[in-house]
Amino acid sequence: MENEIKLTKLAKCAGCGAKVGAGVLAQLLEGIKVHTDPNLLVGFDKSDDASVYKVSEELAIVQTVDFFPPIADDPYTFGQIAATNALSDVYAMGGEPKLALNLMCVPEKMPREAVHALLRGGYDKVYEAGAIITGGHSILDEEPKYGLAVTGFVHPERVLTNSGARPGDVLILTKPLGIGTLTTAAKAGLCSDETMAYAVQLMTTLNKNARDCMVKYRVHACTDVTGFGLLGHSVELAQGSGVAIEYEVSRFRFIEEAIGLAKEGLLPEGMYRNRAFAECRVDAGEAELWQQDLLYDPQTSGGLLMAVDPEDADALMAELEGCVPAAQRIGRALEYGGGAYIRLR
Amino acid sequence: MKTVDARGHSCPIPVVMVRKAVTAEKPEALEVLVDNQCSVENVTRYGKSQGYSVDVAAEGADFRLSLKK
Repeated sequence: MENEIKLTKLAKCAGCGAKVGAGVLAQLLEGIKVHTDPNLLVGFDKSDDASVYKVSEELAIVQTVDFFPPIADDPYTFGQIAATNALSDVYAMGGEPKLALNLMCVPEKMPREAVHALLRGGYDKVYEAGAIITGGHSILDEEPKYGLAVTGFVHPERVLTNSGARPGDVLILTKPLGIGTLTTAAKAGLCSDETMAYAVQLMTTLNKNARDCMVKYRVHACTDVTGFGLLGHSVELAQGSGVAIEYEVSRFRFIEEAIGLAKEGLLPEGMYRNRAFAECRVDAGEAELWQQDLLYDPQTSGGLLMAVDPEDADALMAELEGCVPAAQRIGRALEYGGGAYIRLR
Repeated sequence: MKTVDARGHSCPIPVVMVRKAVTAEKPEALEVLVDNQCSVENVTRYGKSQGYSVDVAAEGADFRLSLKK
């Protein structure tokens, strides 16, 4: 019986909130020799969403892997969210997913129907993306985990990294924020069914449309907003690009119910990890505490954050409108003159 | 004074325990014990959202939060 097992109860942390902190990760990788190759267009060095390898003048492959513990109780939903999230890294590089491999950890006691439903969720999203699952690997584990390794294609000259933003670029985001807070509150039974259904809808919305719109315009940098939160990923983008970013806090769309929950301290541990990592590079200005908290909130399967040429910003916004969950023009990139990389105003 | 002992619990449980005590008894003052930084921050936010002032004191590896109206 699918409904008898509460998947999130089997997991210590939910979804992308389970990610090892950015600062910790850098320390863990320290001193490990990195080999390179002239055809490797994007590798370790820039903390990007996926690696990109040039096969020919016309073709580069994009590779990424993403998996996490349950963020939803329903296994089919969890499968969909994990797949949407894994596919997102390919979209963030401007690519199209082609092949995917399942990565699955399941407890022995998990009912066969539930495992089947989980996998079906993954397959459905991968097919929706126009890609195919060609196999995978499963192991027994007390805590369930699911995700995929995804391979995509991109033209080698149209790869979008998180380090190409230029001063003057307009920053656009495609999904509202607050997912981490909602899923934390849901664990305590403090998130309404209606809002949780909306959150699931957001987490299972592929970033395909956002990518398809974006590649028609002069987008200089892109990343997907996931475990490190909007500000964590923004710091990486700004620092990698050598620009500063100024955000207008009033332009962000937060999921309504997440605001009250953030004020009441129903914030995930990952939010505090993100804050600890990024805070010293962020000038929070007059932003209220709850606004800052939601800007650090880890997003599972969040939207794309794009830095677009200012001349193309209006046209891209118009095309995204109605095509993505929430097209928001949130700020702009500036010359970096020292100090904080991100300024909130 | 009422004390909520939320040690051994990770977020969001400590907030849920404090919330239950506040909703049920609407106390003028309340002490909360937690054992991790995330819970210190979250219970502080909750307390302030309900109109309490919050003082935090470290007690060994634990923390004692004093909520007062």
